This record gives sequence, C-alpha cells and structure tokens, in this order.
Amino acid sequence: MTAPAVAGADRWERLRVPPAVDERAAGQAQAGDARRRLLHPLAWWAWALVLATAAMRTTNPLLGLLVIAVCAFVVSARRTTAPWSRSFALALRLGLILVVLRMVLACVFAVRVPGNVVFTLPEAELPAWAAGVSVGGSVTVELLARAFAEGVRLAAIVACAGAANALASPRRLLRSLPAVLYEAGVAVTVALSFVPEVVEQLARLRDARRLRGRPSTGIHALRGLALPVLEGGLDGAVSLAASMDARGYGRRGDAPARTRHVATAALCAGLLGVAMGSYSVLDASAPRALGLPVMAIGSLLLVSGLVLAGRRSPRTIYRPDVWRWRETAVAVSGVPAVLAMTVAASGDPEAVDWAATLPMTWPPLPLVAVAGILLATLPAWVAPRLPWALDPTTGRADGAGAAT
Amino acid sequence: MIRYEHVTFTYPGAPSPVLVDVDLTLAEGELTLVLGASGSGKSTLLAATNGLVPRFTGGTLLGSVTVDGRSTEAYAPRELADVVGFVGQDPAAGFVTDTVEDELAYVMENLGVAPATMRRRVEDVLDLLGLHELRQRPLGSLSGGQQQRVAIGATLTASPSVLVLDEPTSALDPASAEDVLAALARLVHDLGTTVVLAEHRLERVVQFADRVVVVPGAGGALAHGTPGEILAHSPVAPPVVRLGRLAGWSPLPLSIRDARRLAGPLRASLEGALDGARRAAERAPGDVVASVRDLGVAYGPITALRDVDLELRAGEVVALMGRNGSGKSTLLAHLAGLRRSTRGRVLVGGDEPASLSAAEARSRIGLVPQQAALLLFQQRVDAECTAADEEVSRPAGTTRALLDRLLPGVPDPVHPRDLSEGQRLALALAVVLAGDPDLLLLDEPTRGLDEHAKAELACVLRGLADEGRCIVLATHDVEVVAVVADRAVVLADGEVVADGPARDVVTHSPVFAPQVAKILSPQPWLTVAEVEAGMARVAVRSAGATRPTEVAP
Repeated sequence: MTAPAVAGADRWERLRVPPAVDERAAGQAQAGDARRRLLHPLAWWAWALVLATAAMRTTNPLLGLLVIAVCAFVVSARRTTAPWSRSFALALRLGLILVVLRMVLACVFAVRVPGNVVFTLPEAELPAWAAGVSVGGSVTVELLARAFAEGVRLAAIVACAGAANALASPRRLLRSLPAVLYEAGVAVTVALSFVPEVVEQLARLRDARRLRGRPSTGIHALRGLALPVLEGGLDGAVSLAASMDARGYGRRGDAPARTRHVATAALCAGLLGVAMGSYSVLDASAPRALGLPVMAIGSLLLVSGLVLAGRRSPRTIYRPDVWRWRETAVAVSGVPAVLAMTVAASGDPEAVDWAATLPMTWPPLPLVAVAGILLATLPAWVAPRLPWALDPTTGRADGAGAAT
Repeated sequence: MIRYEHVTFTYPGAPSPVLVDVDLTLAEGELTLVLGASGSGKSTLLAATNGLVPRFTGGTLLGSVTVDGRSTEAYAPRELADVVGFVGQDPAAGFVTDTVEDELAYVMENLGVAPATMRRRVEDVLDLLGLHELRQRPLGSLSGGQQQRVAIGATLTASPSVLVLDEPTSALDPASAEDVLAALARLVHDLGTTVVLAEHRLERVVQFADRVVVVPGAGGALAHGTPGEILAHSPVAPPVVRLGRLAGWSPLPLSIRDARRLAGPLRASLEGALDGARRAAERAPGDVVASVRDLGVAYGPITALRDVDLELRAGEVVALMGRNGSGKSTLLAHLAGLRRSTRGRVLVGGDEPASLSAAEARSRIGLVPQQAALLLFQQRVDAECTAADEEVSRPAGTTRALLDRLLPGVPDPVHPRDLSEGQRLALALAVVLAGDPDLLLLDEPTRGLDEHAKAELACVLRGLADEGRCIVLATHDVEVVAVVADRAVVLADGEVVADGPARDVVTHSPVFAPQVAKILSPQPWLTVAEVEAGMARVAVRSAGATRPTEVAP
C-alpha cells in the first residue's frame, strides 16, 4: 500500500507553486482566529442526548416546552450556514404534528378520564375481546391536557434530535466514530441522504404528471408515483455505491484473519454482556449483584473488540475534530438537567410526573428542574464561534467573507 | 498505461455483445477522446477501465483489461482507486460527504494516506482546480460546473495515473465547460496524467485530444488515430473541421486559432454574401402566443428571476441561454404553469397557465423536461403512445404517427428506459405533441444526444415552428442555437441581459458564439451550411461578373 503513495508524492512535488502557498498562508491567517472552529460533533450529540433523557423523564408540559426553548436558543446561537442546519425548523414542525396527532388519537381511542366534558363523540360498541379499549365517548379537558402533555414530551425529544442534527450533521458525526462502526454508520447516512433525494424526485414526478395532464395529487396520483420514485431511488443508490467503490471504500486491511475473528467475537460477546447487564440494572426484580459485573465485563470486551477491529482498518481521518475543554463542557452541560429532574422528582413527584386530574390545575413549576434545564443553554456561550465562512452572522454563504 | 486485450462485453440479457474483440493500448500521459453515437458502448468502454463494468452492471466480459499492470479481473474497483480516478456522468449522484474539503479527502481516507500528506494534497487540488474559495461550502449549494470540478478533484487527491471521465461537460454552460477542460489540459501537461474522456460536444474537446477512439456501436471494430486522421473522414465532426473540409484547408484545423489563421481568403471572398440570405430568412412576426410581464421569482433569499419581460410569437424558435442556475428552468416552469408567479404575470393564450386545469394546460403548453424519461410512465413504447392518446382524447394511433414522423423505427415492445437518448427524447416529444400545444418548451434537449440525433432534432423543431407553434428551448449548446434559433434570449442572475435575433445576440458574445462565427468574425456567419450556400452564391455572382469580359474581345 505504501508504494503508490510514494510514487504519488513525487507526482505532486512538481506541482508545488510558491505563490499558491503564499496565498494559502494568508488565507489561514485571516481565518486564523484559532478560537473560531467547529465543535466536535460528538459533544453536540452527547449534549442533545442527555437533554433528551431529561425531557423523557418528565410529563410536565411546562418543563417540556422549556427544553424545546433551550434547544432553539442554542441552535440559533451556533448553527452554520449549511443546508442541514435548517433541520431544526423541520423538527419543530414534526413536534407540532406529534402533539396534534396525540390529542386526536386520545379523543378517539384513549381510556376515558373523568372531568369536565368538552364534547362527546359517538361511542362504538366493541366486542368482548377488545375490552379495555374504547372508541369514541366523552372528551374531557383533563383528557386533552394529558394528551397534550404526552405530546409535548415527544416533541421535546424530537427537538433535541433536531438540534443535534442542525448543529452537527450525522455525516460529521460518522467521521468521529471508531473505524469498526464506520461501515454500519455509512449505511445509516446513505439511507438518510436517500430521504431528501426521494422528496426531490417526487416533486419532479408531480410536475411531470401535470405536464401530461394527469392529477398530481391524491391517492390515485400516489399510486402512479410510487414505482418511478423507487426506481429513481434505486438508481441513485447504485451510482452512489459505484462512486464509493471507485474511490476506495471498503479496501481490505492487511491484518491477519485471526485478529479479525478475535475482534468480531469480542464485539459480539461484549454487546451481549452490555445488553444483559443493562437489563438487570434497569429491572429492579433482577439480582443487582449479577447486573453490574456482567455490564463491566461486557463493556471491557466491547472496547477491546473496537480497538482490535480499528487496528485492522487502513483508514485515516482528514483533519479529525479535536476534543478540548469546550467539548467536555458542552457534553456535560446537559447533565444538571437530568440530575435536577431526579432531585425535583424526589421532592415533589407530582411536579415532574404531572398528570391532569380532577379538578384541573395549572402544572407546577419546580424551580430546581427549571434551573437544571436552563444550565443546558451553556453551550450557546461555551461552544467556540463558527469559522467565518460558515457563520450566518458574519460570513457569506459563498465563503467570500473570509477573503475580505 | 491502459491495455484492452480482446475485450468482448455483453450486457445481461442482451442478444449481442456491445463491444467485440476490442484490442487497444492507451499510452501514458495522453488525452484520449472516445467518440461514438449514444448507446454505442462508449460508457461501457470507460467503465471497464476500473472494473465498474462488469462488477456493477453484470454481464460477461471476455478478454482482459489491465491498468498500470493491474488486471481488473484480479483487482476490484476499490483496489484500483489509487491508479484510476473515475468521474461518472452525474457528479452530484456520486457525492459521499457534505462539504467540498471532505469530498476531496474521502478517497485518501480510504487509501490510508498519512494526515500530513492528505492536508497538503487537498490544498494542492483546491489550487489546481480553482476551488479554494469553495472549500467549506456544502456540496448541494454548488453550481453544475463547480460540482464537476469537485468530482474531478475528489479523484485527483489520490494522485491517480489515469483519469476517466464520462461526458464531463455535457451538462455545463460554455464558460464552466471551458474551466473544466482547462483543468484537464493542465493535468495532462503538468502532471502527465493519462486522461480518457467520452464527450458528444466535439467542438469543445477535440482541440485538447492527443488521440481519438471511435466506437461505432453494435459490436463494430474500433477506429483510432490522431484527431486529424480520424476527423478528416469522420461523418461526425465539429463545425471547425467541416468548415475546413469545405474550404479545402490543409492541414485540417482543429482549433479556432488554427482555422482563423487560414480563414483570411475565405473571409475576403464571402464579403457581402450574407445580406441577401439574411433578408430571405427573415419571417413576418406571428401572433403573440405567450407573454411574460415583470415576472419576479424568489426562493427564500435567492432571486431566481427579476423583472423578466418577454413576448413569444407563433412560428419562432427562441433559444434561452445563460449560465447554469441563471433562471432558465425556472422561467420554463412558470411558462408551463408548474409554478405560480409571486410577482408579475405570465399569460399563455390570455390565461395564467398555473390557473388552468392540467388537461387544459396540456392542450396549450408542452414542456419536455431535462430528464425526458420523467414524462414516460408506462413499461412499453406502445403502451406509452396509447396512454398519451387517451389522455388527450385523440384517435388511437395519433401519438404513434407523430413518433414515426419525428423519428421512424422506434420499436414498440421496448421499455422506454432501454431506448437510446435520441429515441427517448423523440418519444417524450411525441407524447407532448399529442396535446397539440401552441407553445412547446424544451429544457436542455440536446444533453446526451450525438451529432446525428442533434441534427435530426434541429430539423424537427424547425418543422414544428413552421407549422405555427412557438418553440422555446433552454440550452447550452451554441451550435444547435446557431442552426435552429430565430431569436436568442440571454439570462444572467435571473435578468434578461440580451434579447434579439439569434444572429446578433450570439455573434456579439465571446461565450455564446458558435465556432463558424468565431472563425469568420466580424462577418456574422453561423453555420457551415450557410457558408456553403454563401460560397455558391459568390461563385454564381463571379461567374456572372466575368462572362462579359470573356465575350468582349
């Protein structure tokens, strides 16, 4: 593998032109403010995941809305000019749909909650085997409030994922993954990039249907569109695969087969151990003494498997993201929110696991939890400012901001 | 460097092989141009260099292909990534990462190049291809020419000794195409890279080629030689070569510069010969078919069109020209009623096309989109024709008759995907014409068409215009504009910057001038056929002028 690289180096030496080098040095000096850089994507995802955990912990809609507000604040402070930065707005819209959907479903299917009746839907008689499920019936304010609270919880989790997506694209995250997870990660990101392509293809086909004088909306149109869209998607996937292969994706490493097998076995055993361990830690009925050791051994196996497998991959990483104190600060800034939620729950369980009961009251606002969640806005100041070319407040989209 | 030995290739399910017994050696450091009609097997020959054929297409390949001593049978494409750089027809379809810099580094990451070397090579390629200002830009926000250059750069960072490109400029406007070709010429000259490229736009590339390979298609034997040798007798040749043949120039010029040096006497003899022809070619303006008033379109912060005013008349062929992303397709979409204007008005036959029902719109306006295949929904050609007849309630066989008039011999039982580019375009055009629209819009119809199919298309469009339709074609192909257009409209950043008779507009622009106009400027000749007619007129006139002096003594 080294021979072609050396030959290549010769080829390139002939190309080095002094003026170009000078220009580049000047460019670096301008962009030079070393504090301007992109934060490590893992830090953003860690922050978002921890915040999502906090959001998952509560059904208090006020706390859920606060989490969404925190996400929006941090995204507006540190998102780039790249197109995927717009995904947060999409996540908010999706969250809104979830809330509405949750409320509509609750009206039709949910277990009835006694209280002030808003309106009554016709009730359907269900056969005996479907006992416990009711269709229709009276809809109360309390029922709506509960559904709203649960919808907000989902929306807050979606908002956290959307924020992570907007702040660090999944493809950048992929670059930081250990080599062995890389291949699985590629499959995921290729699948993700498939979605916008299909949306685009769908729009093009809609136009084409109108040009042929056929209906371009409705069920009938959808049937006519499905096949061409799938065809287009498949074509896209094949040409992407060809391009990746032609550019060396999946080259064989030169590690011996035995190392590969050991690595794979360690990974499998490790995953199994971690799964079993975490189950017995989470399930109160399982013996506690068994859970922790199994989990520890599993993690150890998993890590050594990753290291071994990573060694066999010939991949190198171009300008790997660095991890400094700012990354650590961002990654842990979500933790107070989770802790505060636990503290608040031990003080007043009703405030965190809020459920509307008769009579309806405004949900309480536990101050400890609020303070914890607010601490998660820290990244808006702690995360480094963006490089000129990607900063919507300073740079222009074409990157000319750096030159002037 | 690349050696094909007795290569015979058959696609899965195909009755006969597309390449038969190809025996060819491409030397190091040469730029080889591969020519051939669409569907002749050019792309197959190219993709065989790094094993994408047959590993990604299926089919059987007999014989062997070796690149730099490595056989594609023993090495998968990924194991050849450090030797062969491959750029496919649609660069955007092959992008793996998000940003320009990451895309350039991707191949090196896979090859395991040391980080310091990677850093340096990315900078070198950014400079080499003029991409340094775009380094952090998301790939989706780049123009077509920029994307093509990034795709080339993304293979160059592996410092391959061979670069293979399939139609690198066919989607690009003339200026971007020149950028890309200049970058390729630099690679060949400065780095000694072996470049193999397929291209239909002969006029753009032939002057850069060291060697030309002609793939005749249907398993015929390959011809190869220097561009001069091949083009002297080739039925397809760029206008500069055809003009050279007509004027009897020797050696046959391949570039504008060579031709201009030889063109002095021809220019002098043609002085004044164009005026009569121009008057004869002028047509009386027809009725207004469509009008655009103050049209403004914005996508978020980006202005796609601004204050566009146009009147389109029956019987004229209007060429819509301009850079990639200058608003041509947007304007067509508004004329076709696919988008509703936010500012200004579009009227076709007195109505807003966006307010018409789909069926009503179809009987007034026809649009053939850039990918003509999008218009085709059926599994067979005959089913497609029948469906089109039913959609517009015309007697059965109307569309088939139209198709036979446009391009005879398109087979019935074939899936539209399996037709050649020219046949597919003809089918889409027939489907659109079944609605008998007064306004016919075509978006980049010549993309992927070979010379022969282009000439046929020009003929068909002229005929349709003479029937009293208005034809608007958005195109980068200046040679087709020279042949067919009456009027040219140039868009830049969403504004109309030139609108007038095609001859005046294109001959005054260094970018949009066809080759003949460049050679014979300042005289505004556009095509070789025109020059031929002009020469005939001059001959008749001089014969008439000399006769009296012969009689006198």
